[in-house]
Amino acid sequence: MSTGILTWGVYLPYWRLQRSAIGATLGGPSGRGTRSVASYDEDTTTMGVEAARRALAALDGPLPDELVFSTPAPAYLDKTNATAVHAAVGLPEWAGAYDLLGSVRSASAALRVAEVQARTDGRRTLAVVADLRTGLAGGPEERDSGDGAAAFVFGPSDGAAPVAAELVAHAAASSEFLDRWRTPGETDSKVWEERFGQEVYVPLVEEATAGALKRAGLVATDIDHLAVAGLHVRAVQAAGKSLGVRPEAAVADRNAVVGNLGAAQAGLLLADTLEQAGPGELIALVVVADGADVFLVRTTDALPSLREARAAKGLATVADLAVAGRDDLPYARFLTWRDELRREPPRRPDPERPGAPATWRVTPWKSAFTASDCRVCGFRHLPPSRVCLRCRTIDEMDPVRMADAVGQVATFTVDHLAYSPSPPVVGAVVDFDGGGRYRCEMTDVDPERLGIGTRVEMAFRILSTAHGVNNYFWKARPVGTPAGGAGDDGGDEA
Amino acid sequence: MSRNGIRDQVAIVGMGCTPFGERWDKGVNDLLVDAAKDTIASAGVTLDDIDAFWLGTMTSGTSGVTLSKPLKIDYKPVTRVENFCATGSEAFRNACYAVASGAYDLVMAIGVEKLKDTGYSGLTGIRPVGDGTDAALSSPAAFSFLAPAYAHRYGVDPEEMKQVMSRIAWKNHRNGAVNPRAQFRKEVAMETITRSPKVAGDLGVFDCSGVSDGSAAAIICRAEDAHRYTDHPLYVKALSFVAGPASGAGDPDYDYTTFPEVVRSAEDAYRQAGITDPRSQLAMAEVHDCFTPTELVLMEDFGFSERGLAWKDVLAGAFDRDGDLPVNPDGGLKSFGHPIGASGLRMLFECWLQLRGEAPPERQITTVGPGRSLGLTHNLGGAPGECVSFVAIVGPERSA
Repeated sequence: MSTGILTWGVYLPYWRLQRSAIGATLGGPSGRGTRSVASYDEDTTTMGVEAARRALAALDGPLPDELVFSTPAPAYLDKTNATAVHAAVGLPEWAGAYDLLGSVRSASAALRVAEVQARTDGRRTLAVVADLRTGLAGGPEERDSGDGAAAFVFGPSDGAAPVAAELVAHAAASSEFLDRWRTPGETDSKVWEERFGQEVYVPLVEEATAGALKRAGLVATDIDHLAVAGLHVRAVQAAGKSLGVRPEAAVADRNAVVGNLGAAQAGLLLADTLEQAGPGELIALVVVADGADVFLVRTTDALPSLREARAAKGLATVADLAVAGRDDLPYARFLTWRDELRREPPRRPDPERPGAPATWRVTPWKSAFTASDCRVCGFRHLPPSRVCLRCRTIDEMDPVRMADAVGQVATFTVDHLAYSPSPPVVGAVVDFDGGGRYRCEMTDVDPERLGIGTRVEMAFRILSTAHGVNNYFWKARPVGTPAGGAGDDGGDEA
Repeated sequence: MSRNGIRDQVAIVGMGCTPFGERWDKGVNDLLVDAAKDTIASAGVTLDDIDAFWLGTMTSGTSGVTLSKPLKIDYKPVTRVENFCATGSEAFRNACYAVASGAYDLVMAIGVEKLKDTGYSGLTGIRPVGDGTDAALSSPAAFSFLAPAYAHRYGVDPEEMKQVMSRIAWKNHRNGAVNPRAQFRKEVAMETITRSPKVAGDLGVFDCSGVSDGSAAAIICRAEDAHRYTDHPLYVKALSFVAGPASGAGDPDYDYTTFPEVVRSAEDAYRQAGITDPRSQLAMAEVHDCFTPTELVLMEDFGFSERGLAWKDVLAGAFDRDGDLPVNPDGGLKSFGHPIGASGLRMLFECWLQLRGEAPPERQITTVGPGRSLGLTHNLGGAPGECVSFVAIVGPERSA
């Protein structure tokens, strides 16, 4: 029985920052293209949830029973971030949920751990990698990085879900040297002179690649797709050319449009390649970070039909996502969202921190957007209720997950008074397909294009942050964003 | 369910109301003393004569001590009540029932709110520790759902809808302009209202009620004792209060063009008072115009206008001070101001002045006359789809 990647999902935020906007504001040369930007209400955890949701949406059969989450930009220390992902995607309680935090390279460990776990224990394991990169204003990090997340489920092939690709071999090379570093609490990384890193990295990549090929009994020219991820631009470029791989095998990155996703870059490239490769092809995923990791992956004959199934479910490809963002984010707003620009706060009381016991009691609702259906009359309650609104029956309810439901805007408002880190707040009353109504905040929305009838889906976001507590909950956003395609669905009756 | 009411069993025999507004010079204690002092003078009694007190305040204090301390009340029952924006009315309702029950002879209902000490221009609330899932919408945002829903349902053009809303604000400002106790005492041009900066949805600054400080009070006794205190008591004809299941936010059938809680409490109050045609039988109404679309929808919920036609009545001036049925002749929440715990009693104070002919001539309504002497007051608290509603009907004549 083969084991490998059963499914994958990528999340790229709605917003893009035009690199020219940076030069226009600060003076100096203008970059070309755009980078992806997590909104004010997103962090690596929420992006990880969205990537995981997309992966699981394409997975038939049981949910994974182990989860590894990796990011160099965690929302919390001490407290596990993976448990928020675990709760939001509704994994069973017995599923382990673990963080691998800190370095960019820890994302490689997440992929490796999940693969090994799946192969040795025969368990479906979800690996989620996310990054949110800021840098100092005007610097290359700010300009060239991007935000996003990717998720993969590794597991044994079964009738419900055949393997899309198998790991043929993995090899690593590690080295202690100073290329890039960041002290805890900082958002900007320091880097040594780039020529030094290039000098050190290239032999490490060559060594790891040779090791992997040797284990697999293959040679470099057998590689059909070479994807190299890493924040060290020169090393990534040089390594790609020094491995003896056929030139046409080079996988193009999406950096011009979304930026380099840092720890999530390898996940993005792997998913992107799986969406383009043919069956039975060899992918070399090379990760350049404090050494090198090389994953040799072979696609299976099931890959084309798995891709067709994804398309049938409406899952966007990386190629679609990359070009779909909204690219008019003002640079000043980017700086504000990233706490790089001290702005006058709204003249409203600061939000309250949610209570831990109150939150814990409603975890299925708050984390997974689980409503309740009356067994007697079928009325759907958001939030879940013990007493039926329609027939008043008490305690005869079944839970129903609404996080993946879609609906339409019944009415909406733009609130200039409510507290928000990025006012105004857009509030909407949403009627879900199949029943249920809920009043919530909207996100990733252009109020000018919002109307009664606009189709919406739910997104896991941060409602507010107070006393260091991220108040994660669900907001509605137009269906099809970041494609901005809501215009086809509504806006006619506003 | 039996809702018998206490028609004509109790009477208001004295009332007082402080000026509302940004009372930087007055604390909660000062406002309470001012209102209580005016009210006992109005009834010709002393604090010693009063057997029990009901204090309504939402955020300006807890427990009866909030009142007993500034008034130096000598070991008597003081009950503090809270029920959102209907808090003042709720103090009055419970005081009336205490008298009707025979437990006390003479009681005071007093409401107070000190909103301007928070440091923020809008309303701020105190909430219990929550799970963090409530949408952070402001009150104006919650009420702003009414306007597009109403316009959509009844085919009112958005610009015309804005005119209707502005007309309500214009009327209430015009009424407040001649009321020395009102927070805003200036007429405001329609164009200024229409063009005011947006707060939420289509609501501009001038579509929102005034955030203010103030206090108002009433003294209540059994109806048969009323003439001991005044030649012109105001009899309580009906008291109704309902809390809804707060279903609007979760019920796809709710369309934001009505307050079911108001409809129910109005029906109940009309039944208690024997009213069958409110528009012609009532001489005036003080309704909860927290935002202009609220007043519009209330005209239909109270049966003052047919469904879908209130906007035309508003534009025709039917609810102006000199119209068919004066609504908020004192300026309403819009221009008199809305110190939450005091508002319900402030509305009764306007009935006290108007129905007994004590309003100054320049703002005395002309609808009061033989066979038409009743006034209605109304508070709602919460938001569309999730609120409490209070209705009182009072009149200067006791039925045989």
